[in-house]
Amino acid sequence: MKRVYVNEKWCLGCHLCEYHCAFAGTNGKDMARSLKDIKINPKIKIEEKDGVSFAVSCRHCHEPLCVKGCITGALSVSGGVITIDHNRCVSCYTCILSCPYGAISPSDDGAVQKCELCVKTSKGTPACVEGCPNGAIVFEERG
Amino acid sequence: MKYVIIGNSAAGIGTVEGIRQVDKDGEITVISNEPHHTYSRPLISYLLLGKVTEEKMKYRSDDFYEKNKARFIHAAANEIDAKTKQVVLDNGERVNFDKLLVATGSSAFVPPFEGLALVKDKFTFMSLDDAHKLNDALAPNKKVLIIGAGLIGLKCAEGILKRVAHITVIDLAPRILSSILDDEGAKVVQSHIESKGIEFKLSGGVKTFEANAAILDNGQKIDFDILVLAVGVRPNTALLKDIAYIDRGIAVNGKSETSAPYIYAAGDCTQTYDVSSGQNKIMALLPNAYMQGECAGLNMAGGEKNFNKAIPMNAIGFFGLHVVTAGNYSGDTYFKADGNNYKRLFYSDNKLNGYILIGNVEKAGIYTSLIRERTPLDSIDFALVCEKPGLMAFTKEDRMAKLS
Repeated sequence: MKRVYVNEKWCLGCHLCEYHCAFAGTNGKDMARSLKDIKINPKIKIEEKDGVSFAVSCRHCHEPLCVKGCITGALSVSGGVITIDHNRCVSCYTCILSCPYGAISPSDDGAVQKCELCVKTSKGTPACVEGCPNGAIVFEERG
Repeated sequence: MKYVIIGNSAAGIGTVEGIRQVDKDGEITVISNEPHHTYSRPLISYLLLGKVTEEKMKYRSDDFYEKNKARFIHAAANEIDAKTKQVVLDNGERVNFDKLLVATGSSAFVPPFEGLALVKDKFTFMSLDDAHKLNDALAPNKKVLIIGAGLIGLKCAEGILKRVAHITVIDLAPRILSSILDDEGAKVVQSHIESKGIEFKLSGGVKTFEANAAILDNGQKIDFDILVLAVGVRPNTALLKDIAYIDRGIAVNGKSETSAPYIYAAGDCTQTYDVSSGQNKIMALLPNAYMQGECAGLNMAGGEKNFNKAIPMNAIGFFGLHVVTAGNYSGDTYFKADGNNYKRLFYSDNKLNGYILIGNVEKAGIYTSLIRERTPLDSIDFALVCEKPGLMAFTKEDRMAKLS
């Protein structure tokens, strides 16, 4: 299955992936207009310190502790992609407690949010990958 | 192969899903003394709050049993006949098994309070049926007394606050949530809950009950219309008495095997090795129940799985204030607090033992992982991770391994 992989060597720390992620969630047509005056809450997040930076998003683990621990069944695996059913999430944050990557966060609609590889938003390639100007985020099959 | 599972909650469901990863065709029978489709037990307080419906409480989809070719029997398991490998149901039916999973959960512990029999409207708060009964008793003019300021008592209080006149919560312990919080953290959460209108009487026991009042040890009298008993829970181990070794809970190894051949156990009825403290404990927690059940199922079906990284852990919230905790609270501490945000990490011997996070719980799983994996703290930037949990605290090599 194709997953998102990052290489910190190429990451510029520009945060464009975060903007593309947030934009993908709006279903808008123009990024600047869609994100104007809002504080973005992306599912991919840059960590940076002392000149090192890299993006972190859901790894879609083979043994997903978030899915196994989910108290409602809101998190599930479908074709290898871990998705969240916002209607069934009660925001207990057991998944935030469980994720070893820190890749699940509260959303703006009262549920939690996580990278779903853009399966619910667009076509083919995740927006963060498309939008990375330096090839630091790729969408590949690595087994 | 005939698999029989006693219990239809997280551990039982985990077992079904574990079995089906290995064995697509074996016969699976799930026996439950509750008539309901598998539901998420922790959601009963959300049901009373009106945040979920019964439909949304379903832990798995409507076609779960069909999809997994599992037969569901609504009956109580009265006895396990280990010699003939049969489960005897309350209707007299005997169900044959080749491999058996016991996931009987836990029950509310009700101490023998003097005068308790005089109280008419008294409830426990563990099951959907408990929630229905309590729901029917609620009314805007009624006063509620909850015995027990633990997870169950306080989630119940949150669920019903808007639907009754007043709630008092009493507990023998000097602090609320005594099993998961330290004194200072408990104060933060208590103040928040009090600000919503719930009253606490801590360090206080009930001496005796009258029909509509509790007399406390200090002589104080608390009037109530509805009594909720949330003192604690006890594992349901009776079915395996004289069949398998039972300590406080049913003893199981990392493969979820009991001491009896062909019989496995998982979930709240068991006691498990806690890697954060090195002790065997009852860890009545949904995530552990599921994973232990799944592990049992994989092994029952001939797979190989070891559930050997269990730790106590809780994620819970009250009126929008989140509390996430894990591990055991021994060793030196890192501490930081600011308003409703509270963080305390516990570490010793180069390992993170446990943590308490209140308010900001961002990336808590980084800490959980350090505890679960027993990561040597000198292999990471511990000062950084204390301040800001993230993958940045790991070496470049480890980061690459995690992200590529």
